[in-house]
Amino acid sequence: MTTETLRSPLHDEHVALGATLVDFAGWEMPVRYTGDIAEHTAVRTAAGLFDLSHMGEISVRGADAEAFLDDALVGRMSAVKLWGAKYTMICAADGGVIDDLIVYRRDWDHFVIVANASNKDVVFAELTERVEGFDAEVEDISDQVALIAVQGPRAEAIVSRMTARGADDIEAMKYYSAANVMLAGGIHVFAARTGYTGEDGFELFVGADEAAAVWQLALAQGAADGLIPCGLSCRDTLRLEAGMPLYGNELSRARTPFDAGLGRVVVFGTEKNPRGDFVGRTALEAVRETWKAAEDTAAASSLSTLVGLVGDGRRAARAGYAVLDDAGEAVGEVTSGAPSPTLGKPIAMAYVPLALAAPGTEVGIDVRGRRETMTVTALPFYKRGA
Amino acid sequence: MANVPDELQYSEEHEWVSGELAADAVVTIGITEHAAEALGDIVYVELPEVGAAVSAGDVCGELESTKAVSELYCPVTGDVVAVNDELSDAPEAIGEDAYGEGWIFKVRLAEVPEGLLDSEAYAAITE
Repeated sequence: MTTETLRSPLHDEHVALGATLVDFAGWEMPVRYTGDIAEHTAVRTAAGLFDLSHMGEISVRGADAEAFLDDALVGRMSAVKLWGAKYTMICAADGGVIDDLIVYRRDWDHFVIVANASNKDVVFAELTERVEGFDAEVEDISDQVALIAVQGPRAEAIVSRMTARGADDIEAMKYYSAANVMLAGGIHVFAARTGYTGEDGFELFVGADEAAAVWQLALAQGAADGLIPCGLSCRDTLRLEAGMPLYGNELSRARTPFDAGLGRVVVFGTEKNPRGDFVGRTALEAVRETWKAAEDTAAASSLSTLVGLVGDGRRAARAGYAVLDDAGEAVGEVTSGAPSPTLGKPIAMAYVPLALAAPGTEVGIDVRGRRETMTVTALPFYKRGA
Repeated sequence: MANVPDELQYSEEHEWVSGELAADAVVTIGITEHAAEALGDIVYVELPEVGAAVSAGDVCGELESTKAVSELYCPVTGDVVAVNDELSDAPEAIGEDAYGEGWIFKVRLAEVPEGLLDSEAYAAITE
């Protein structure tokens, strides 16, 4: 492991913009440029520009690429269309989550996997081990690739103006699809209509040497629409409002996708459309049966599940705080929490026993020694308008 | 770089103290620009209570931003004689004017405080 702090290809841009830089998973990244709430609001109402170059990119190529990924991941990547994107996970044999991923299909024999910065090395090592016996090559391309996101209701208009050919290709893109796009100045990017903010938006994969040009192009084309550069702090409140899990908070090796309410990402196949073995299958089938059985006996179950919580007070629950039952016993744990800029009140995600997981249930949170009341609510906290 | 005014005294927990440092004198206390910048947008301030006896090093309130929560430490010993009630509705004043409108509370000193830093020493620990 290296202890050297990594820098984004956009580091000089961040310094020039006066960003506050912090260490994030070994990277020196912008936490904010102006203010967390202004940046959060810009993404909800106009557009925000993010540097996500700390994210890991892993390329999988070869005749067996889809067969390999079908074996290595819990989702069925062979079902992903050309230029499609899929949210999925890589699990250990015991069903624990190693990382959550977005997989893009760039060609019939070529996938790009985006992993969390903190997990990239682990994911790469796992895939390298699991690829044995398949005709496919796993390559860590993180250093060659910068990732720039334009997120918000104005993202489509802004990215359209950034292209060399005009709007058509961009407008035609559906959510969770991708395309090769040539931007003004002849810069080639792989553009995906994906994101981690709860808004429409695009993520642009670009060669590291052309990252600064794309960043500047986005700022220049986006200014009229209210686009501002946004840091990782608002990215966290945006994804929390959108009910999206964060690895290390909601997801971990100790949790299965089912615990996190994401059992749907695990594809076992059907009678008509069967699926073969994949790493973690046996364990996850057992987990699925346990959860099915618990649906009828929630009150008696010892299982915990991920829920959303909303508070009426002003003190926010934070990651690691205990969830208390009526007797004041610690029965669960907050995984993420913050004052929601959009809702104007504290929101959180937490693991609680099934008996306390029904929407409307009031639970206590130990907020630094004082009990605050929060109410279980359905996720997400925020859903964008149609 | 965050502003560190020469005329103030500072604690290692990033509070500033303004006023004469003598027994029975009233000092004004807030958090530094450096601390406010690290917290981000402050959305809630839990203030100490007027009349409360406080000792240097006590936790006497908390500051909550979208990103994090931070405890407010009392850098001096004495009685709280005033709090900035405006912060209940406008906690952003701390980020906008940490050394002015963003003051947090006032304490009548029971004793001359020890261990405060001058601006140079405080600036050195924030580098």
